[in-house]
Amino acid sequence: MTFVTKPVARHPSLKVNELGLTRRDYEGSVSTLCAGCGHDSVSAAIVSACAELGLPPHKFLKISGIGCSSKTPNYFLGHSHGFNSVHGRMPSVATGASLANKELYCLGISGDGDSASIGLGQFAHIVRRRINMLYIVDNNGTYGLTKGQFSATNDLGSTSKRGVPNLYEPIDIVSMAMQIGATFVARSFSGDKRQLVGLIKAGLMHRGFSFIDVISPCVAFNNHGGSTKSFAHMRNMQREVVSADYVASEAEMTIDYEAGQLEDITMPDGARLRLRKVHADYDPHDRLRAINYLGERQREGEVVTGLLYVESEAKNTHDILNLVDAPLNSLDEDDLCPGVGALESINQSFR
Amino acid sequence: MKPTNIHNPDYFHKVVDCQWACPAHTPVPEYIRLIAAERYTEAYMLNWDSNVFPGILGRTCDRPCEPACRRVRTEEKPVAICRLKRVAADYKGDITDYLPPVPKKKNGFRVALLGSGPASLAVARDLLPLGYEVHMFEKDPAGGGMMRTQIPAFRLPADVLEEEVDLILDMGVECHFGHEITSMKDMLDMGFDAYFVGTGAPRGRDLDIPGRAESDAHISIGIDWLSSVAFGHTTSIQGKVIVMGGGNTAMDCCRTSKRLGAESVHVVVRSGFDVMKASEWEKEEAMLEGIPIINNRPPREFVHENGQLKGIWFTCIEQVPDENGRLKSVPTGESDVFMEADHVLMAIGQENHCPWIERDLGIEFDKWDCPVLDEITFQSTNPKVFFGGDSAFGPENIIWASAHAHQAAISIHLMCQGKDLKKDRPPRGVNLISQKMGVHEWSYDSEHDPATRVLVPHSKLDKTLSNIKVEVELGFDARLGHFEAQRCLNCDVQTVFTEQLCIECDACVDICPMDCISFVDNGEEAELRTRLMAPAENHEQDLYVSEALPTTRVMVKDEDLCLHCGLCAERCPTNAWDMQKSIFHLPQLGSYAE
Repeated sequence: MTFVTKPVARHPSLKVNELGLTRRDYEGSVSTLCAGCGHDSVSAAIVSACAELGLPPHKFLKISGIGCSSKTPNYFLGHSHGFNSVHGRMPSVATGASLANKELYCLGISGDGDSASIGLGQFAHIVRRRINMLYIVDNNGTYGLTKGQFSATNDLGSTSKRGVPNLYEPIDIVSMAMQIGATFVARSFSGDKRQLVGLIKAGLMHRGFSFIDVISPCVAFNNHGGSTKSFAHMRNMQREVVSADYVASEAEMTIDYEAGQLEDITMPDGARLRLRKVHADYDPHDRLRAINYLGERQREGEVVTGLLYVESEAKNTHDILNLVDAPLNSLDEDDLCPGVGALESINQSFR
Repeated sequence: MKPTNIHNPDYFHKVVDCQWACPAHTPVPEYIRLIAAERYTEAYMLNWDSNVFPGILGRTCDRPCEPACRRVRTEEKPVAICRLKRVAADYKGDITDYLPPVPKKKNGFRVALLGSGPASLAVARDLLPLGYEVHMFEKDPAGGGMMRTQIPAFRLPADVLEEEVDLILDMGVECHFGHEITSMKDMLDMGFDAYFVGTGAPRGRDLDIPGRAESDAHISIGIDWLSSVAFGHTTSIQGKVIVMGGGNTAMDCCRTSKRLGAESVHVVVRSGFDVMKASEWEKEEAMLEGIPIINNRPPREFVHENGQLKGIWFTCIEQVPDENGRLKSVPTGESDVFMEADHVLMAIGQENHCPWIERDLGIEFDKWDCPVLDEITFQSTNPKVFFGGDSAFGPENIIWASAHAHQAAISIHLMCQGKDLKKDRPPRGVNLISQKMGVHEWSYDSEHDPATRVLVPHSKLDKTLSNIKVEVELGFDARLGHFEAQRCLNCDVQTVFTEQLCIECDACVDICPMDCISFVDNGEEAELRTRLMAPAENHEQDLYVSEALPTTRVMVKDEDLCLHCGLCAERCPTNAWDMQKSIFHLPQLGSYAE
């Protein structure tokens, strides 16, 4: 951490987006995490993604639980709404907030402890309910805030900093999210911003429940030779299958992408989700095969990254519950109490 | 690109823009930190060591450092480096104990210094502590050269000048003042072991247009006139005065005229306002004192009647860019302008002039009548004779004289010791010292101060215009000096990268406020510059490139806009980044530090 604040001075050639804002305007307070923490790179990726999308910061809702990861919403989008909730209970708060105001971009930040241990039940149910939000897990496989115990996502056989092996099977939150209804599932690496920024942009603009599991090394406790969540391990073992980006305009669509088979998914707002297959045989629309593939590669010690699954015609909670178009918090007394006549006709319908 | 060799003394020196731009390479950030710490005496001595005349330069320097200041690129206005130098001079304590001792027993070599200006004085200062017997010859009755004769007292008070000149003379210079040199041959016959010519550029240019000769009684050469004012021979100027020329001498002439009772003063310049040679602040001061500067008016002829000057005809031109974008003077077609004048001061340039050096002494001169010199050793074609200051390569500023003098002094010493002037020259060097004192603790104030440049207080106009001896700029007081010192970016505290320690976590890339740092695939420089976090478009500033990292990428840092805030080092989990002070060593003789 540092207590020296970041100077306000910025590079004169920094890009200005449609709102007249630069990337620097999407930053938050200075991070108090350990120097080199992967989570700070995730925050930086969120800052870049939001600035590139040109979204208004006051339309954001940042929600988190408890842990190193859950401190990070303080370090990006300094001019947004936020709620730092109880340990493992971010999904409940996010559900309520998203239902109350569907017009906000809902961004949940959680960690492997917050989502895979204390909050596993809450996590499963927010996935099932398909809340329209982007849910990011900063996954470092360790409880950094309490001095480095194994977390529930730590791989079997991976060791602690002192060489003691982990005895338990890991919970694979990515497969779990795919199984129970997430409509946009990705895994990324904090040290690969090119991939991560694109995924965050695509996930934020996806209508439905988007989930990104970001392997984000803990430099203090889990970045050593025996770790499977270290910078070195991820650089050696990550295998990207599909990269994703959000393409808003025709102009952007002509940008030269790297080689690979392209697939554009047109979104309701006319923009496109651009997928590039790095692995030719991988199909990001086949949920069962995707889950199998992940398991197979994991057995080989590899970490599959990129966009793993996307359902383009996805339904979210608002569609499932058939809610009115207007955000619920904008409904006034007249909308909510239609009067005696309406009550009478409802009662009549049950007779 | 190849990995950067940061142990090349010039690499980090170049990052310290102000020091790099300074001809004497004064360690600017180091003395600014001393001023911030209220250690004025040490700040003064650091300057004295490097540029010899901190009090004088703190008022009169042409400030090549300021346009180079990084702050010009990151914000707009440079740090007021020159005025801070003056703060050190104004508030210093007793410096006696810091001065180099001069041995009573001489080393047996006798050196003659011709002229008593900044170059000769600086050579004397460098040679005396080594035991040389130094003789100084000067035509005027007092030492200081152009600093005394050409810079008016309202810019450089006599006591400031005398303090720094006497400091050197009192080190044991044998002064021969009031001794005009008429023959170099006679000098050589005196049998000195070495000669240093520091006689400046003493001849003011003249203008050959109709009416010049007939109006001679009412036309003065600027530098000669300023000199006669400085020695009290001229105490007033009457009627309407026109100053011709656009350099600092012209500004000094017009402001002096105003103080000596001229009815009106106009500056008329052949060229446009922006390309005038005068320093920005000199022009501002003149205009603040109500002196109009009229541009794009080349003179056509002097008008006179019965030996009495009436005025000058000027033609009208404008500056138009030609096909290469260069400005060209083109007549506007307007009819010529007549301006009345009772006295004209010509300040249209100076040149070297050495009629007293006989041309059969082995001292060669080029077609511009400048001595043929070695640019490193300042030795002329006569191995015993050295040149420095304006007499070497033509008119420059005082700071150049100091720079030349240090090199000439080294050469004189090597020659007297029978060594080779080039092969045995001491090399430049650099030391890198970590500034880390603990967790989040740096030995320098790393936090970036976004404050704007502090304005300097001035004396009241009615007071300064009525008395030529009242100094116009009052200088910063200790408080203002402290504020201004905080604006320095500490460019000499370098970001040093150790690739073996880097785990490529991106923390430095994320935190850098100026997007200076990138981890990318290596490539050719021109192409590499385009694909960094922010494009590196200032090609005058270097890229710092590491060896290949485990991912085969390299770290590339664009030095251009780095604030030296140290956040990369604060955020680095493995100390791959460290903030290290680069101390550039420019060899000097007799410096107090050695």
